[in-house]
Amino acid sequence: MITLRDVHKAFGDNHVLRGVTLDVPTGESMVIIGGSGTGKSVAIKCILGLVQPDSGTIEVDGRDVRSGDRDAFLARFGMLFQGGALFDSLPVWQNVAFRLLRGSLKRPWPEAREIAIEKLRRVGLTPDAADKYPAELSGGMQKRVGLARAICAEPEIIFFDEPTTGLDPIMSGVINELIREIVVEMGATAMAITHDMSSVRAIADKVAMLHDGIIQWTGPVSQLDDSGDPYLDQFIHGRAEGPIEAVR
Amino acid sequence: MSAAAPIAALGRSVLGALALIGRIALFAADTVSHALRPPFYWREFGQALVQIGWLSLPVVGLTALFTGGALALQIYAGGSRFNAESVVPSIVAIGMVRELGPVLGGLMVAARVASSIAAEIGTMKVTEQIDALVTLSTHPMKYLTLPRVLAATLAVPVLVGMGDAIGIMGGYLVGVTRLEFNPGTYLNNTVDFLERWDVVSGLIKGAVFGFIVAVMGCYHGMHSGRGAQGVGRATKSAVVAASILILAANYILTELFFSA
Repeated sequence: MITLRDVHKAFGDNHVLRGVTLDVPTGESMVIIGGSGTGKSVAIKCILGLVQPDSGTIEVDGRDVRSGDRDAFLARFGMLFQGGALFDSLPVWQNVAFRLLRGSLKRPWPEAREIAIEKLRRVGLTPDAADKYPAELSGGMQKRVGLARAICAEPEIIFFDEPTTGLDPIMSGVINELIREIVVEMGATAMAITHDMSSVRAIADKVAMLHDGIIQWTGPVSQLDDSGDPYLDQFIHGRAEGPIEAVR
Repeated sequence: MSAAAPIAALGRSVLGALALIGRIALFAADTVSHALRPPFYWREFGQALVQIGWLSLPVVGLTALFTGGALALQIYAGGSRFNAESVVPSIVAIGMVRELGPVLGGLMVAARVASSIAAEIGTMKVTEQIDALVTLSTHPMKYLTLPRVLAATLAVPVLVGMGDAIGIMGGYLVGVTRLEFNPGTYLNNTVDFLERWDVVSGLIKGAVFGFIVAVMGCYHGMHSGRGAQGVGRATKSAVVAASILILAANYILTELFFSA
């Protein structure tokens, strides 16, 4: 269970998070939606400790994320970054098996390579992609490699940051489907941030809408269309008129 | 605008510069502290040695070769004013190993390596690769900074030593072919007047310059701003800062080593 309580974060005068409170139960897939610049990525980065919140508490399974063994804490997570964030200097298989080649989960190289190729297969890539470099792959393939890296060490919790940004609708559908399948298959807790409504409907068990630094609405994905919340309605229907200012 | 405004602006600049020096010093100390704690990434260290050391050799070697040759011509021309042409071999040797080898070698490495490190790490930062490293339980200082700083600190003295030899050879070639020195006499004069400390002091300078180059590259890369402009600015700052610090450190080290 991931718990955020009254989390605040400001960058100078820009108060991005103004008291975010959210629960993500174990094994559930939560999608956070919201406009650009509303702090969705910051919220996820606060959980991972990449950004330090100014105040509030963040706990994973009842334990403050800032306490305890950081390596052991991070070993529980996998993350798919918006742009893939693949390491240009490493071939694909070493990107995928990065965690298995060093640190506490270190395996012999042949074994790590075998696992990487298996994970590449799982995301629909053939073994001949393993020895290519990220720059040689298309955007969709890079996302798949990023996904393979996120699941390679079989984490309990997976974060997806804008998983379909920059992809065509068909590739977006493929990635959404893959994410859903993998999360169900692994029984992982998932947290995704997106403003792509097709991703929301494909991935989410529950949805939270972040607006103006707070969680404006949260509920099951089935209630998305009849929530009665004017902010959520404006957002999911992409209307310029409504309580959310179109020009921010 | 009040009369105190320029003084306030000057004060802000000085405070900003002091804060920057403090941040860089802390960054360097943090890097060194990681050398004392496992893990150490040998593969990244090996790659950095090749990138910084081996691949800089042509640039440093060519710089030293032409500098040695030009130095021989200059000393010959200057020395001829007071019938001291015979000092060409010894002055070329001492000039190269004490001063020109380390400084020019350091500056060439700064241009080639500080820029490349800052651009690479800066790009990694803006494309979230550094965040990805953290989520993969890998400390960026250990994985990116320490191997590069250690490799540069070890590789630049070797480059300086090779540059010294190539520079002296440049002087020898010009001395023998253009200035009609006897080859045997030229070599004897080179060896006779060169002391071990001349060479060792140059190599120590090389190690310090290597450390400066890599720390500047890594610091500015890690603190790169967003986008292409941010990376470009980080790259420029790394090269400028490394070059100025090399020249400043050279003066301080020369004072320490040779002012008696």
